[in-house]
Amino acid sequence: MSILVIAEHDNEEIKASTNNVVTAATNLEGDIHVLVAGSNCSGAKDQAAKISGVAKVLVADSPEYEHCLAENIADLIVAISADYSHILSPATTNGKNYMPRVSALLDVAQISDITAIESSDTFERPIYAGNCIATVQNSDTKKVITVRTTAFDAAQNDGSAEVVDLQESHNLGISEFIKEEIAESDRPELTSADVIISGGRGMQNGDNFKILESVADKLGAAIGASRAAVDSGFVPNDYQVGQTGKIVAPNLYIAVGISGAIQHLAGMKDSKVIVAINKDEDAPIFQVADYGLVADLFTAVPELDAKL
Amino acid sequence: MKILVPIKRVVDYNVKVRPKADESGVDLNNVKMAINPFCEIAVEEAVRLKEGGTATEIIAVTVGSSASQEQLRTALALGADRAILVETDIEVEPLAIAKLLKGVVEKESPDLVILGKQAIDGDNNQTSQMLAALTGYAQATFASELKIEGEKALVTREVDGGLQTISVNLPCIVSTDLRLNEPRYASLPNIMKAKQKPLDVIEAVSLGVDIEPRNKTLKVSPPPVREAGIIVETVDDLVDKLKNEAKVIT
Ligand SMILES: Cc1cc2nc3c(=O)[nH]c(=O)nc-3n(C[C@H](O)[C@H](O)[C@H](O)COP(=O)(O)OP(=O)(O)OC[C@H]3O[C@@H](n4cnc5c(N)ncnc54)[C@H](O)[C@@H]3O)c2cc1C
Ligand SMILES: Nc1ncnc2c1ncn2[C@@H]1O[C@H](COP(=O)(O)O)[C@@H](O)[C@H]1O
Repeated sequence: MSILVIAEHDNEEIKASTNNVVTAATNLEGDIHVLVAGSNCSGAKDQAAKISGVAKVLVADSPEYEHCLAENIADLIVAISADYSHILSPATTNGKNYMPRVSALLDVAQISDITAIESSDTFERPIYAGNCIATVQNSDTKKVITVRTTAFDAAQNDGSAEVVDLQESHNLGISEFIKEEIAESDRPELTSADVIISGGRGMQNGDNFKILESVADKLGAAIGASRAAVDSGFVPNDYQVGQTGKIVAPNLYIAVGISGAIQHLAGMKDSKVIVAINKDEDAPIFQVADYGLVADLFTAVPELDAKL
Repeated sequence: MKILVPIKRVVDYNVKVRPKADESGVDLNNVKMAINPFCEIAVEEAVRLKEGGTATEIIAVTVGSSASQEQLRTALALGADRAILVETDIEVEPLAIAKLLKGVVEKESPDLVILGKQAIDGDNNQTSQMLAALTGYAQATFASELKIEGEKALVTREVDGGLQTISVNLPCIVSTDLRLNEPRYASLPNIMKAKQKPLDVIEAVSLGVDIEPRNKTLKVSPPPVREAGIIVETVDDLVDKLKNEAKVIT
């Protein structure tokens, strides 16, 4: 049997998280197929065909898939699921939205957010905000899995897969896309960035994030935040790093004015190098930081900026 | 309109849990238990819909052991009208919970079901989507805004790139994100009143669905520990370390 990977994309481009999931899939036995479901998604289709290790790309190009409504995508995946032993998606908000629906329709359990594959039925996954790692064995005939993308390297893009067009139309008609407010940014995406600088409640307001932006410009970094900074309205929700936000693992993570609550650490403690700037020397963030600087961020960050 | 709010009893979010020494499971001895924070947000949203005149009745439901009655009482103190415990002593997985909740949905016929997006113990983020699949209702997950407009719900969702707004037919399944609201605290009089509100107990087996676990936990181990780092004295030191020791900037 083969393995089906559901692509994350914006119709024009494949997101790097798809490449991470393809790498995860190479730990299983069977050909890897990638499903690109979208509307006017030939750009994404072409890129998917280039992902190394992919044997076949299935394309469902139709208006009902444009906004990735869970009902329509789940029905599509279920309709083509017969040939697959494993169905994998990245643990993005899209994957988290449609995959449990797929598993319930197939009457199988879902294994969420896996970080390692031990065998075709045994997987590791963090629980309790990453304070424990569970090894779980699943007894279902089909495995429906979401993958923590930071746990697997991204597959290269030097392949040339066969492309097959699907004539599958699925529109339950019970939900409707109204609008989207997607932030446009020249910065790298949080989940695939090499360097991240994040601000917390210590930033005091949204305006002060400008001092982080200046550092981010020099380092080619993405900007993240703690829940407190998002809840206080300093920055939009998509900046949130943590147990219930985005999981990141850059080469360098700089936490500024963030205390280091369990829920925040859950989202960034697998970063390669962690820097913490905080005026409270007892802040828990220092327990995971490789380099801690006990200082007022309003003097330390501009100084850092000047010295880069 | 009638709202069903499934809630879960979990370890309090301030507790840092650890695996048992023999790695056979999570050490939950004497830890503080609480209502899952996302479920608290779900209860609050239902209460606001009732206060705003949109909802008429709020039913809190949980699947679990008799100890979960404590969290149902919390939901009642926060403003739910009555509660249902679907009692079982086995550890039930999201698929089985969704099947049991479907049984409750069939009995109660709610117009709206509001769940948390994620239980902070298993971090599964599955139950609401599964319940939607099984009932055939539309789903609106990770909600940061919810408006009922006639036969539809207008829901703003927190997604990776920002915000998405969808319109779903009622009845529907909504899951809450952190920004949907800020839950109130239960007042003492309301805690007292909650003791008088109805709490029905039904046996999970009576709902006649397969709740056997599909996943077996082979072991629970601690995450890799990070080596303790150092405190640098100045920004110069920091830049030097990042350039020459960690080699993460140039
Ligand atoms: C269900 C649930 C889910 C959650 N999910 C997440 C999540 O995904 N991500 C997340 O981040 N949190 C999450 N949280 C919240 C988490 O528990 C903490 O409340 C939050 O991370 C705190 O954010 P903070 O560190 O910015 O704020 P605080 O804890 O208030 O810390 C602010 C820090 O800034 C420092 N500071 C202040 N001024 C200065 C200055 N001038 N210079 C230097 N330092 C300064 C202070 O010393 C302090 O350490 C969740 C909580 C719950 C209950
Ligand atoms: N045992 C349970 N009883 C009732 N509702 C539950 C239970 N477990 C999970 N839920 C609901 O499903 C949501 C998501 O949980 P999960 O899918 O486990 O992350 C929770 O916030 C609850 O609203």
